[in-house]
Formats: sequence, C-alpha cells, structure tokens
Amino acid sequence: MRSVFARVFLTLSLVLMLAPARAADVDLKSALSGFLADSFPSTQKAIEAVVQSGSSQAPAIIEALQDERLYFARDAQLVAYKTKGGELREAATGGPVATTPQDLKQVRLNNRLRGIVNAAVGALTLMSSNPERRREAANAVFKSRDASTLPTLDSAIAKETDPATRTALEQARASVILAKSDSSDAQKIDAIGVLRARGDQDALAMLSAVAAGPETLEKSAAQAAAAAIETRLALWRNLQNVWYGLSLGSVLLLAAIGLAITFGVMGIINMAHGEMVMLGAYTTFVVQEYCRTSAPGLFNYSLFIAIPLAFLVTGAVGVVIERSIIRFLYGRPLETLLATFGVSLLLQQAVRTIFGANNREVGAPSFMSGAFHLGGLEITYGRMWIIVFALVVFAALQLLLRFTSFGLRMRAVTQNRRMASSMGIDTNRIDALAFGLGSGIAGMAGVALSQIDNVSPNLGQSYIIDSFMVVVFGGVGNLWGTFLGAALLGVANKFLEPFAGAVLGKIALLVFIILFIQKRPRGLFALKGRAVEA
Amino acid sequence: MLTRRLLSLLDLRAAIAVAVLLSAAVLVPILLLATPQNFPLHMPPYVVALLGKYLCYAILAVALDLVWGYCGILSLGHGAFFALGGYAMGMYLMRQIGTRGVYANPILPDFMVFLNWKALPVTWWGFDWFPYAMLMVLLAPGVLAFAFGYLAFRSRVTGVYLSIITQAMTYALLLAFFRNDMGFGGNNGLTDFKDILGFNVQSDETRAALFSVSALALIVAILIGRYLVTSKFGKVLIAIRDAESRTRFIGYRVENYKLAVFTLSAMMAGVAGALYVPQVGIINPSEFSPAQSIEAVIWVAVGGRGTLVGAALGAVLVNFAKTWFTGALPEYWLFALGLLFILVTLFLPKGILGLIDHMKRRTAPASIDGDVQNGATAAR
Repeated sequence: MRSVFARVFLTLSLVLMLAPARAADVDLKSALSGFLADSFPSTQKAIEAVVQSGSSQAPAIIEALQDERLYFARDAQLVAYKTKGGELREAATGGPVATTPQDLKQVRLNNRLRGIVNAAVGALTLMSSNPERRREAANAVFKSRDASTLPTLDSAIAKETDPATRTALEQARASVILAKSDSSDAQKIDAIGVLRARGDQDALAMLSAVAAGPETLEKSAAQAAAAAIETRLALWRNLQNVWYGLSLGSVLLLAAIGLAITFGVMGIINMAHGEMVMLGAYTTFVVQEYCRTSAPGLFNYSLFIAIPLAFLVTGAVGVVIERSIIRFLYGRPLETLLATFGVSLLLQQAVRTIFGANNREVGAPSFMSGAFHLGGLEITYGRMWIIVFALVVFAALQLLLRFTSFGLRMRAVTQNRRMASSMGIDTNRIDALAFGLGSGIAGMAGVALSQIDNVSPNLGQSYIIDSFMVVVFGGVGNLWGTFLGAALLGVANKFLEPFAGAVLGKIALLVFIILFIQKRPRGLFALKGRAVEA
Repeated sequence: MLTRRLLSLLDLRAAIAVAVLLSAAVLVPILLLATPQNFPLHMPPYVVALLGKYLCYAILAVALDLVWGYCGILSLGHGAFFALGGYAMGMYLMRQIGTRGVYANPILPDFMVFLNWKALPVTWWGFDWFPYAMLMVLLAPGVLAFAFGYLAFRSRVTGVYLSIITQAMTYALLLAFFRNDMGFGGNNGLTDFKDILGFNVQSDETRAALFSVSALALIVAILIGRYLVTSKFGKVLIAIRDAESRTRFIGYRVENYKLAVFTLSAMMAGVAGALYVPQVGIINPSEFSPAQSIEAVIWVAVGGRGTLVGAALGAVLVNFAKTWFTGALPEYWLFALGLLFILVTLFLPKGILGLIDHMKRRTAPASIDGDVQNGATAAR
C-alpha cells in the first residue's frame, strides 16, 4: 500500500522536478541546505532540488545518500559525503574538507525516502553522459517496469542521440506503458509493436501476459506479436541446436579421425586410441605448466606449441606400439583388440602414476575465451576454434592422403599389400608411419579436447566408444563417411537432448547405431568390391 | 545309457575340474562351519565369499568361452548379461527386506521411498516370489541376447563389428541403469540385503550354502558346455568359427546356430550374476561398464579359449591375482592387467592349458586335442 502511494507521489514529484530542471538553474548550495534541517520532509525537498539543479555533483551526492554516506554539520553549515574510500568531501564542490566538524551527523532516511532516492538515482543514470550507463539503466527499467520512471524516460528519449541507446530507452518505455493500467489502447498497441521488434524471451513473456489477459483491444495485437516472436525464437533455437550439434560433431570428428586412419584404413582395432587423445591433452598440460613457470609471455601461444608437440609425442608412442605389439598381430583383429586394450590400461595407469588421478587444469588462452552474438546465436570462441581446427585437420589429412607420396604409398598398401610390396614399397615402414599418423592426430585432438573437457587419466575412455560409433556409422575406410557421421551424430544428439534428456538421448543414439549397423553392416558409405571381403 | 553319455563328456581335464569343484563344494562348508576358529585350515567367512565370487566369475568365463572359443563370437558385452541376472536376483533380495529398511515401507524399497514413489513399478511386480525371480534371471539376459543376436547375426554383423556393438550395448545399459528414473536404484544400485529364501544372507551357513551352489552351478555349466561342444551342434559351431562362409555354403543356417549358442551363453552369464549378488551383497551399474566385460575376455584368454575348463581356471587365477594386487600393490594392478592382456595375446594365444599341451607334446608326441589345435585360428 505504502509503496503504491510512494510511487504515485514520486511520479508526481519527479515530473515536477524534471520539468523546470533545465529552465532555471537552481543553486546547488541552496538545495543542499535542505539537508541541514534533519527532518524527513525537508530532506525530501533537498533531494528533489539536488536532482533539479542538474549539477555535475548531483550523481555523487545522491549515490552517497543511497549508500548512507551523506553527512551534515549544522554549525558549520556543511553538507559533505564520504567517498567509498572513506575520504570526506564537500558536497557543493567535491573538494576535500579541511577540518572535520565536531557535530557531523549522518543524513537519516526512512523507507519512503529510500524509494525516492532509488528513483532519483535511476533518473540520474538515465540522464548520465555515458551511453553505456544509460543503456544499462534503460534495461533495468525494462525489467522493473516501474511506472514512476516514465517522465524521466520521456525526457531521456527526447534528448537521446545514440540510436542503440534510444531503442533501449524506447523499449523500456514500451514495457512500462504495457504494465501501466491507465495507458490508452493506442499507446499500448504502439508499445506492443516496439516489443515485437525487440523479439526476445523477455518481450515474449510480457506479450504473453497481455495475450492471456482480459479481452481488450490490444489482446489480439499482443497474441499476434507473441506468435511472431515465438516463431522467430524457435528458429534461432533450432539454429543454436545445429550449432551445438556441429560443435559436438567437431569434437567427435577430432576424436574419430585418427581412428578412421588406424581402424578405417588400416583395419587395426586400436582400443588405446582414447589414451592417445589423453596423452595429447596431458602434453598440453605439460606445455602450459612450462609456460607458466618459465615463459609466462608464451602462455597465449601455448596451444600452438602443444599441437605439433602432441602430434610428435603421441605419434612416437603410436609407432612404438605398432612396432612392438601390433605388427605381430596383423590378420588377427580380435587379438589386436585385446592387446591394445592392455596398452590402454598401461597408459592410463602410467599417467595416473605420473600426474596423479585428479583432474589437471588446462587454461584457455585469451583468444579461446569469450563469446559473441550472431543474430540470436551465441557463439563461444572456444567452440568455434575447435570446429575450425577439426576442419583444418580433416582437410590436411585428405590432402596428405591424396597428394603426397606417403599418402599414395599408404593407400597402395591398404588396397593390396602384396602388390605394393612387389612394387618396392616398404610395407612395414608404411604400417608403422600410418599408425603413427593416426595416433598423432588423436594427440592433436587431445589438445583441442583439453580446452573443453576434464584432463584426467579417464579422458580417453569417454571418447573411445563414441569414436568407434562414428567410424562404424560413417563407413569403414572412408574419411568422408567419418566426417558426415560425426556431424550427423553430433547434430542428432543435440536435437534429441531437449526431448529426452542428455543420457536418454545418448542411449537412443547408441540403440539407433546398433540397429543401423544391422541394416547397413558397413556403414553409411560402404566400400564395394573384392577387397571388402578379404 | 545316460551315464555313459555323461561320462563321455568328461575328458581328463573336465573330470579333474569336476572332482576339484565337488570336493570344494563339500570341504569349504566343513572348513567354515565345523572347524574351530584356531584350526589352521579354518576358513573365515570372507574367504568363502571371495572364493564364491571367483566361482561366479568362472561361470561367466565358461559362458563367454562357449561363444568366443567355440563359435568365434567375441562378445564385449557379456558383463551386461551377468549384471542383468544380478539385478533380477537383487530385486528379489530387495523385496525380502520388507519393513527392515530405513523407511520401513513393507512394499517399496528404500530408494523408491526416497524418490517419493507411491507404487511399485511394473518391472518389480512378482519379484517377491523366488521362482519368478529365478525365471527372470534366465529370461532377462536371454531375451536381450536373443533380440540382439537375432538382429546382429541375421544381417551378418561379424568379427570386430560385432564386438564393438556388443560393447555399445553394455555401454548403453550402463548409462540407462545410472538413471534414477529406471527404477533400479540408479547410481547406488541395490544393496543392504537381509534374507534369501528366509535365511540371513550374512550368516556363515548361508555363505557356505551359496558357495556350494556356485560350485555345483559351475560344474553344471562345464557339463552343459562339454555336452554342446562334443555334440554335432558343437562341431558346427567350430566349423562356423573356422570358416563361416564355407559352413553357410555347405547348407547350415549359421545365424541360427550362433543365435542359439549366444542366447544360451547369455543365460549362463545371468545365472552367474544371480549367484554373485547375494555373495557380494551389492549390484550396481558399474557391472555394466565395458571394461568389466573386456576383463572377462582376458580370463578366458589366460586360461585358454576353446577349453571351457581353462576359462574357469583363468577366471579364478586372474581374480586371485587381482585380489592380491589390489591388497598389496594397488598402484600396480592395472599395469599387471595391461601387461597380461599384451603378453597373453602375443605369447600365449592358447592360454595356460595350451601351454601345458605344448609342453606335453614336446615330451611325448601324442594325439592332439582337436579343440585346442584350432585355438590359434579362432575368431578369425
């Protein structure tokens, strides 16, 4: 009850005080003298007078009052405020107070006055010289829908030159008008138009409230506007889902692309593939630790150091594994599976012994953090660069296989080992290098994944099943299949999540792939011909 | 007639295994119950429970050996069948708690009361009746294996692909059973059991009985396995393992044979899980984890695949090593297990029993057991 009364009263008083504010420059000093009386009515008058004065000191004084940092000394006829640091300054000039008077007392406020002070602060910020602050104030009003600010808004809009801020102010005004019971129908319909143009979740909430309200002229307008906004928002939501899906797809692609070489092209089941990813992530951690301790300036570039290093480290580990274990098991895929699972256990435990079982923190360089808006899309830089990185790796790999002599040899060995060998290709060497290449790519994936996932010894395990699913779904022996498989599974996952929840969505996808493999046992893009059956 | 057929199942190894298990089934309860605490051979209850657990794993290994060793189907999802059997038993045991739970609800298990559920979900109906629960121990894994196998074998998903999708299957179940909404206790699983068939689960007598039952179940599993692999059915399985296309061209419906042995093996795994749960006292979703299923594969590989008895032996040995390592050198168990995987596949493709055969043949060249000889080409 009291607050309603306060608001009505405030509206009136603000109208009164703002209208003549620019007409007559009231003396700040005489305005301040109202604080000396130490009575609530005169304090109120003083507040209004200070706002009216339009003085550059006004915001500081009113803010101090809001924080109860405003003081007065009747004998010295002094009004002063303490800065946030505790320094006493003269209210009239802003200059320091030489000697603190004996009878310095705080200006007292009651709840009604606090309401007035808050409104005054809002009014002063709406009038602030900084457009950023004006916009913030407008957004605050947009949310609070405080009818008392309407006169201030009107005068602020009249004065506004910055187009973006002007829109914000107008939207705030529309929101207030729509909330006010005594606005005319024409005003309300105008307001609905403004909110429709804004078109976000907040505007939708306001419009829906009107649309669900009593039968009025503006009801149908609000319904139409709400429907239009809903359609738009749904479109953006879908686009956002596609973006999240592509982002997930890029992660899957990165994790699976190395596997597409070792499993897809060479036919080796490498259960330790996930651990290669993990080693790559730990390489990033080590590089960053080194940068932190020895070369802080390099921290922002640590990922660029980590990427080639991770490739070399995991590639080397891959070559060692191939030479020491896998080459004895060619032609026995199930044994390879078991042996490489053993390798994965060894690597996991080795990392756990060296680095500990806990998550290690890998920082994000400045270009990876933050986000920007594209229409209704929110795009984080980290995710965007990971998508770019996945695409670059994929393209580079395609070029390597297609246009280099190593790629040619590798394809030759995969297609017909004996013939390739007869042509003078050292098949053992190619096997080792190809396996190293697949492992190295997994390591680079680890660098990227260290930015979005916990770096722990279990990192690899969470990706291995997904990676196999992508490769098998996309079709073995076909990099494009892996590419499309990753993108499809990523997007499908993100579209299932809102309906089914994250876990059920994932289960549904696994079941789908299991069923899909029944229908097309060799994936989306099956290799055809004799080599397949061999 | 029947005894002759039964005896013909027992080659030397199976005979030894059955003899050892039978004497264990009799001796262990005696050592636990009838000997004084200070008797040097007295078995404390925890050792009996541990041995019982090994035997359950051994049944799982025999089941796995039946499909992998004899039919070339490397299932990386047998842990799922084991866990399903375990859950069926766990649900029976949960219903036996009655009003002794924390919330003392006569119908609903504690976790359902905690989740504010009002009525027992349909999936739980009938589980207070032991025969129904036992039927489910067989049916739940059996039906899953049948449906999965029907789809997979009919469309000729073989080799590594089959291994990967069985792994995906158990992974999907792992995720599903973690959910509270599934009504199987979520993350915590089922535990805090009190009675089985009216006997206290914790008492020494029940432990001894469960151990004996597990030993007998393992004997039955080995005998069923031997019966199958020595029959004509078994010969076809081996033919499928060694040359699937050729077997199909001869005129056998390969997928039917595979489906039959896969389903049977899954039910065997379910029984193993059902015996496991009351002895261990808990069943939770971690039993579904893919790593658990792969570990079972290595038991079979260590013992010697395609031997049945070897699989059981491998399960007991590896798990004994695991118990010892996790007690004495917990840091090194994964190193040991990892090395075991690598060394066994590289140097012991026929497992321990294969090694014994190899040494025998060196000393006295004799007739070679057909099953073991084929071990090397298994799972092509």
